[in-house]
Amino acid sequence: MTLLSFDWAFIIEKLIMIAIIVFASLGIALYTTFGERKVAAILQDRPGPSRAGPFGLLQPLADGLKLISKEEIIPTHANKWLFILGPGLAMTASLMTCAVIPWSTAVDVFGRHVALQVADVNIGLLYVFAVVSMGVYGIMIGGWASNNKFSLMSALRAASQAISYELAMGLALIALLMTTGSLSLKTIVEQQVAGNWWNIVYQPLGFLLFFIAALAECNRTPFDLPEAENELNFGYHQEYSSMKLGFYLFAEYINMIMSSAIMASMYFGGYDLPFFNEASVAPNIAALIGVGTLLIKIVLFIFLFMWIRWTIPRFRYDQLMNLGWKTMIPLALFNLLLTGAVILAKL
Amino acid sequence: MNTLEILFYALSAFAIVSAVMVLISKNPIHSVLWLILVFFAISGHYILLNAQFLAIVNIIVYAGAIMVLFLFVIMLMNVKKDKEPQKQNLIKFIGVIAGGSFLTLLIALVKQTSQLQGKTVLLKEGTIGLIHPLGKALFSDYVVPFEISSVLFLSAMVGAVIIGKK
Repeated sequence: MTLLSFDWAFIIEKLIMIAIIVFASLGIALYTTFGERKVAAILQDRPGPSRAGPFGLLQPLADGLKLISKEEIIPTHANKWLFILGPGLAMTASLMTCAVIPWSTAVDVFGRHVALQVADVNIGLLYVFAVVSMGVYGIMIGGWASNNKFSLMSALRAASQAISYELAMGLALIALLMTTGSLSLKTIVEQQVAGNWWNIVYQPLGFLLFFIAALAECNRTPFDLPEAENELNFGYHQEYSSMKLGFYLFAEYINMIMSSAIMASMYFGGYDLPFFNEASVAPNIAALIGVGTLLIKIVLFIFLFMWIRWTIPRFRYDQLMNLGWKTMIPLALFNLLLTGAVILAKL
Repeated sequence: MNTLEILFYALSAFAIVSAVMVLISKNPIHSVLWLILVFFAISGHYILLNAQFLAIVNIIVYAGAIMVLFLFVIMLMNVKKDKEPQKQNLIKFIGVIAGGSFLTLLIALVKQTSQLQGKTVLLKEGTIGLIHPLGKALFSDYVVPFEISSVLFLSAMVGAVIIGKK
């Protein structure tokens, strides 16, 4: 049987890794919702959720239970299949990014050398970009299938916003690619571990642009136009209820985690702990420290996302488009030129 | 059959079924979604041929950007299957001629493949599809066509902006 000729241990290793990463992401996302409510509460000078469990720590479980136990309603004139497909697509697209994120250095498990990354493809950055461009389908399909004018308007807004900010994001990525010379996220992180500085030093403007574009791609305030309550009632998930609504809300938090992980890996050294020599401890411990470092960086980015959400009001739609096309893209092109000039001068 | 062959046949079946569904779906939105699946299947074929760059660019450009615009237009036009107007005979006639000539072209192409019989496809071999060799080839051997096509793209972009402003 040549069918079974591939390395089964390899497949099992990858499946276990995918399961761990997906469930860990879901778990972190669960507690990110809690974090969001607590951060909002602190910024607004109120206690926030504090009843369920110690410090309100069981609140996300209660929220999840509430969402699951609510009645599922599919509107009569909705397109049933696409109505169900929408939240699923949103969730899939946001979870797919985690395939190329290098979580840490390799570990040794029972004599096996296990890289803590699902797939080290040599087109990692482009893969991220492709998944980001897939993310808009969940919103568009859900919004259209609801057969509601508000939902459709919101879906169209989401799509045009995503397309506009993808351009600036892509241009910022190209500048980073020019300095690193590699599209593989693992190589990019290893360069930063080995080199003196993180990429943020070489690409400050690029990072700023990427961060703003990431805010827009995650539909976070000040770019949460697709769910502007005062204009569109509730946005693209207006007709959704129960766990399908939960999937949409959850996908947003997973998007936040993934974009934080990507930004940490690309600009802030990934799993690199500064002023610490990884070779001085056992490889498994070094890998553990690496995972912890990356998680701390992710949490800091998520806090930044929340801080911005609860501080800055929402843009108007024309302001959003002006910022995207007339400020971000020219700045990204300028960044590209500057990077090219510096590389040429260094040759 | 080895793993690659199984993947090849599965992807081909996936692509063909999706392509047929594009044609027979009554709802234009469903057609667009099936078409996106066709692009994914084709990207899978590219990966089998070790052309990772082409695979991912196919997804970014076609599945990610162009199909979003298709969806946009169809959603805004709100095309419904029961409201679709009956086409005039002349348009049907033109359609038959255009489709027929394309079919002839396809049959000619399929006939040419007879010389490929008994040869194996180079699956997962060669490095030209990887990003480094591809970039080197584009910017050294094919730099003039590459630059000319980028100028063409730029002029198309300017044209689109001008038409959009009217």
